[in-house]
Amino acid sequence: MTSFTRRESLALGAAAIGAAALPPNGARAAEEVPAADVAPPEYKIEKGATLRVLRPAKFIEADEVFFRANTKKFSEQTGIPVRVDFVSWEDLRPQTAVTSNTGAGPDIIIGFSADPQIYAEKLVDMTDLADYLGKKYGGWFDLAVLYGTKWKTNKWISIPMGGGTGPTVYRISWLKQAGYDRIPDDLDGFLALCRKLKEIGHPCGFSLGHAIGDANGFCYWALWSHGGYLVDENGKVAIDSKETIQALKYVKEIYPTMIPGTLAWNDSGNNKAYAAGDIALTFNGVSIYYVLKNSPDPRLKAIAEDTNHQTVPFGTSTRRPQSSLVVNAMLFRHTKYPNAAKEYLRFMMEAPQYGPWLSNCLGYWSNPLKAYGKMAFWAADPKLAPYAVGMDTEYYDGYKGPVTPASSAVSANYTVVDMFAAVATGNTTPESAAKQAAQQVERYYKS
Amino acid sequence: MDASVQPWTIARRKPDPWLARLFDWKPFLVALCMLPTAGLLLVFLTYPLGLGIWLAFTDATIGQPGHFIGLANFISLFHDPIFWLAVFNTIFYTAVATVGKFGLGLWLALLLNNHLPFKAFLRAIVLLPWIVPTVLSAIAFWWIYDPQFSIISYVLVDVLHLRKTYIDFLGTPWHARWSLIAANVWRGIPFVAICLLAGLQTISPSLYEAALLDGATPWQRFRRITVPLLMPILAVVLTLSVLFTFSDFQLVYAITRGGPFNTTHLMATLAFQRAIPGTQLGEGAAIAVSMIPFLIAATLLSYFALGRRKWQQGGAND
Repeated sequence: MTSFTRRESLALGAAAIGAAALPPNGARAAEEVPAADVAPPEYKIEKGATLRVLRPAKFIEADEVFFRANTKKFSEQTGIPVRVDFVSWEDLRPQTAVTSNTGAGPDIIIGFSADPQIYAEKLVDMTDLADYLGKKYGGWFDLAVLYGTKWKTNKWISIPMGGGTGPTVYRISWLKQAGYDRIPDDLDGFLALCRKLKEIGHPCGFSLGHAIGDANGFCYWALWSHGGYLVDENGKVAIDSKETIQALKYVKEIYPTMIPGTLAWNDSGNNKAYAAGDIALTFNGVSIYYVLKNSPDPRLKAIAEDTNHQTVPFGTSTRRPQSSLVVNAMLFRHTKYPNAAKEYLRFMMEAPQYGPWLSNCLGYWSNPLKAYGKMAFWAADPKLAPYAVGMDTEYYDGYKGPVTPASSAVSANYTVVDMFAAVATGNTTPESAAKQAAQQVERYYKS
Repeated sequence: MDASVQPWTIARRKPDPWLARLFDWKPFLVALCMLPTAGLLLVFLTYPLGLGIWLAFTDATIGQPGHFIGLANFISLFHDPIFWLAVFNTIFYTAVATVGKFGLGLWLALLLNNHLPFKAFLRAIVLLPWIVPTVLSAIAFWWIYDPQFSIISYVLVDVLHLRKTYIDFLGTPWHARWSLIAANVWRGIPFVAICLLAGLQTISPSLYEAALLDGATPWQRFRRITVPLLMPILAVVLTLSVLFTFSDFQLVYAITRGGPFNTTHLMATLAFQRAIPGTQLGEGAAIAVSMIPFLIAATLLSYFALGRRKWQQGGAND
């Protein structure tokens, strides 16, 4: 969900961060990652194979640098030319649709969360590759299984490559000043912390505006941590519930403790406010920390020193009530070289390649395969720990219903965000907001 | 070179009577000359418009071609409070911003019509807001309206100490609406001002001299000479301005994306949000198509109300 926030890395002048400045992480990935001894599936590579890959544009330099380096390594070892195109996040979905409808274009598209479900009929079965990777690297996290397989089947239709999540990001010293060593895991404790932070003049801030990643991330957390959900297992709209109303009342309590203006925040709002020292606590991807830590400005570096991350409060939930924006590699049936494409994806997911990519992104991507959580860089900077479990969750947009495009439509239309924003600002009562939201959700879940 | 090329000889070619006659036939020639233009219009104007209208009657989503579903999209929108909110916002935005742009634009045009030093330079400067790409000015306004880093708030609070708290420009519905209107007016003034200035310069100075000799006050000169003679160009500029404002997208999308809770969504931004990020192409197209009647009405109104007065054709005004 929160991955869109990486665009702010531009806003904060991340241009200064070149690949050269990056720590040489993951060079020994093959030794660090515990891998089971499993024979890789043998793909008979087609003669004269060439591949085209389409993936979302980078928001941090390392993402593209290491992705390209791994691809180049693959071409050198196999002789298969691979062209990788990076397209802006907004353009990716329309381009995927055109590719699917015309049956031409890229062989592999690395798309977002629920996209493989839309094109399930047009994708190559990936079960063999997913089973192999799962067996070798300690299994897949729940969110990877959810998005990688066709809904309610064991058939894999894509290979999840990473997820972007947004745990709490906070200032250690200000929390201490407020009398806290860590973020409380219960909802009352969290509210008390927010009040205390406001008292000492270093408030929290969570976007309630039309910020696709941050605002949805915060509002779904509030909903799920109270036991509310959008639709039930059968896709019936269930947002108008007493749990939702409790969540709405809760956010109404938190809202006055926030810095003013969060309704105007887009995905970079909290990043800017945090970097300016205006807020002590928010939810975000690793981008805030990444930019501060790699900044040449000593003032920003000092903020990075004083920054820590922690998973979001669980509230009434037993699992971490937060999702990730997952990127899945889809292999389209129109490809002439399915074996070469599978071999390419296998290669990219193996430790000698995946390790450096993951570790140099420093938590920008959360790993879908459990074994990659054992890599040394996670331990080297314990502040990154919450990102290592980014995909260890059962929550997703449209939880608990079937994974369909409808849930993406609800998020894109800010239905849940607007429900919370209208109540938080006192424009609507919780009861009528929940009712209105249910009506809006119905529009997309109508059969 | 091809070895079979014949040496150039002056030979009387027999004219092809059939082809020659065809090209001499005027209707054919006219059609042929219009073909490139017609082709361009068909491919880049008619086709997208036609496709948009067709999509409005289907349940197409991104990835699925969809089926014809008649008026279902429009009926569904009719029951959608967010759609009606967007309609209200669009009309309000257009009406207020247009009045603002015309008031200030006319004023600016009158000022620029006077003899000023550096006249050409000033006129060029005035055009700047119009020339700057909308997205750039939108980003500038986005910073100006930022809840934490606004220059206006900074000056009022930290420099002049007139206020205690920063202004929440975009965080409450009416603040956000007025802020966006202000940005739109700023952007639109130059267009109106320069067009009206062109109109003002076509008014013969002798009319003003005659009025001056008759002892007309400045207000009378403005009311009786400037306004009536400016009316034709005013009608055209007004029509264009209303169309631009009504279909505005970039400013709102870059600054608020329709927030807070949809109170700044215009029909254009809502159509985009539903169609592309929301993947409901059919519904988004239906919202876009719903704009057409409003646009036609606005065009007809300004055209007939302002542009077709009898005196413009030499008759008496009634």
